[in-house]
Amino acid sequence: MCLAVAGELVSSNHHPDPLWRVGDVSFAGVLRQVSLACVPTAQIGDQLLVHVGVALKVMEPER
Amino acid sequence: MSECVALLEQIRGCCSQRWTVMEVCGGQTHALLRHGLDRLLEDSIELIHGPGCPVCVTDSERIDQAIALVKKPEVTLCSYGDMLRVPGSDGSNLLGCRSEGADVRVIYSPLDVLEIARRETDRQVVFLAVGFETTAPATGLLVQQAHQQRLTNLRLLMAHVRVAPALDQLLGDPACTVQGLLAAGHVCAVMGEAEYVDLAAQHRRPIVMTGFSPEALLRGILCCIKQLEEGRHDLRNAYEAVVDQGGNRDARRLIETVFEPVDRVWRGLGVIGKGGYRLRDPYTALAVEPEELDGQPYGNGQCPSGQVLRGLMRPGECPSFGDACTPAHPLGAPMVSSEGACAAYFRFHH
Repeated sequence: MCLAVAGELVSSNHHPDPLWRVGDVSFAGVLRQVSLACVPTAQIGDQLLVHVGVALKVMEPER
Repeated sequence: MSECVALLEQIRGCCSQRWTVMEVCGGQTHALLRHGLDRLLEDSIELIHGPGCPVCVTDSERIDQAIALVKKPEVTLCSYGDMLRVPGSDGSNLLGCRSEGADVRVIYSPLDVLEIARRETDRQVVFLAVGFETTAPATGLLVQQAHQQRLTNLRLLMAHVRVAPALDQLLGDPACTVQGLLAAGHVCAVMGEAEYVDLAAQHRRPIVMTGFSPEALLRGILCCIKQLEEGRHDLRNAYEAVVDQGGNRDARRLIETVFEPVDRVWRGLGVIGKGGYRLRDPYTALAVEPEELDGQPYGNGQCPSGQVLRGLMRPGECPSFGDACTPAHPLGAPMVSSEGACAAYFRFHH
């Protein structure tokens, strides 16, 4: 259960308090609401590594 | 796939002897067996499967406590699906309780638990909080949100565990045959390098932070073998796309704000010093009860999970494997969890 899965951030509620900042992440087309509390720099279109509903890493674009 | 073939050749070409390497994470164990990498490398490397399965190491006493709680009619107990079939000390489990009418719910994220507590104010909602450092930030967010909203019907039964203290104990055991370690990449993505630099130096074993795809696993193994051949014992990062040196600083700050290390019983391994997390002030009131260490150090009589989790017994060597103990009727947690070593052997080798 420590596996994290990558998906694309497609929207954010832009909440001013990171504790309540969430966005929709698309996992191969399936949308899931995810906490953005631990990825303050995340932008729409970023690939995020997500574990149990919390984004833990903004992935570097593939070169 | 061509990268895998090239990496396999490099690993075989690099080995002057057969090395013993432990992959820490149960997700890595399943990936290695699913892709047959253990068999492709068996002449060069003995892969030992580590204790990195939080479901497997949750002490039976915690399961007993969860079962006792959910038998109260006012309690709704939430946890991850894998936890439902883990046997308590008398062999019963949460799934059995649910079939008898108890309110047990499977959640995807700890943040789902907040919604349940907010929506169902007449229920006493208990979250059985398990996981390693990868999962701790999500539990920490739930705690902070519940605290800020002053929810009075939500409590946590804390079973969170920390990887580094368990590895410290495992590598310090004179019976340990592990020569190099593949560290769990997603735990490292949160925690960074610091704990593992110390472990590598202290125990004079190379540690490589490693991912989960076949290519990533083979890159980690190659990096570890090269160090063993050169007599080095450094920490290296073979998962640079995901692991930063300092980990995720926001997630680490969250963990440090909400939790503090505590001695914890690991199923099969006994008490691990600072091997768990408990809630710290001002969040302690959200815990179901004060932390107490009165668990049996060596869990279920019929399941030698401690031997398996320390790499001293391979799953197939257990007399119950595949016969008295199967995924449909597990005697111990390593056969239950989707990341348990016994479940991996049953699925891919049996």
